Amino acid sequence: MPIDWIWGLAGGLLIGTAGAVLLLGTGRIMGASGMVGGLVDGSGTDKATTAAFLVGLIGTPAVMSLAGWQVSTQATTFPWLLVLGGLCVGIGTRFANGCTSGHGVCGMSRLSMRGFVATAAYMGAGVLTVTALRLGLGL
Amino acid sequence: MRAAIALVSGALFGAGLHISGMTDTTKVRGFLDIGGAWDPTLAFVMGGAMLPMIIAWRLTAERTPVAGRAFPAPPRSEITRPLVLGSVLFGIGWGLVGLCPGPALASISYGGWQGALFLAAMLTGMWAVPPLRRLLDSRQRAS
Repeated sequence: MPIDWIWGLAGGLLIGTAGAVLLLGTGRIMGASGMVGGLVDGSGTDKATTAAFLVGLIGTPAVMSLAGWQVSTQATTFPWLLVLGGLCVGIGTRFANGCTSGHGVCGMSRLSMRGFVATAAYMGAGVLTVTALRLGLGL
Repeated sequence: MRAAIALVSGALFGAGLHISGMTDTTKVRGFLDIGGAWDPTLAFVMGGAMLPMIIAWRLTAERTPVAGRAFPAPPRSEITRPLVLGSVLFGIGWGLVGLCPGPALASISYGGWQGALFLAAMLTGMWAVPPLRRLLDSRQRAS
């Protein structure tokens, strides 16, 4: 669809603004995996700030979709794929110390070598995985 | 004050993920499917997100946060095995389903059972990492 890139750009600017607000406001780097992971395994500090961030992150899309602005999500219906994918994302992002928001958006924008390497690694692995699924299993 | 700022930031992040379509797994997998029907949307999301952050990092020089002590130290430069292998593992999971941690959380309210199952597995994985890391460390010392 031709106008999808405009929504992508607009949404991206909002995501970047979110990171800028958090950085300039609190001095923290916005990373979804770091924030939720720190709460889950108990390693996180500044828990009230993290919890408030997650309330906003989960609450806004909920309100938007309730108000009628729905986004289609068409995740696979194979439970084994969902469980395997979730475990890989959960374990991988904690070992790598970041995901798309932390290493990609916040890391690369400050020319962090670790951010570039992480992004290249997860993008590359993602491309290979999707290609392998399509060619191998027709998914 | 810090919590209020974080709430606003989280709300912007959630709205951005929703508007950009990054909670739509077909868009993400479409971006990674460079040999198939490639969907470039994610490149615009990434580019759009980096612009405000580039400005924000410049503004951190010789300042302090509005509500906080200091800005993060300069980025570390060493490329470690956990960084690379963890990122590869993350990329595999991302490609398998099309969800990364931000969108997985943002789509809780409308992601259906698939989103819930993915999220439960993701949180389990995150929870398992500290003991897993201790196990790997002790193996490494033993060998």
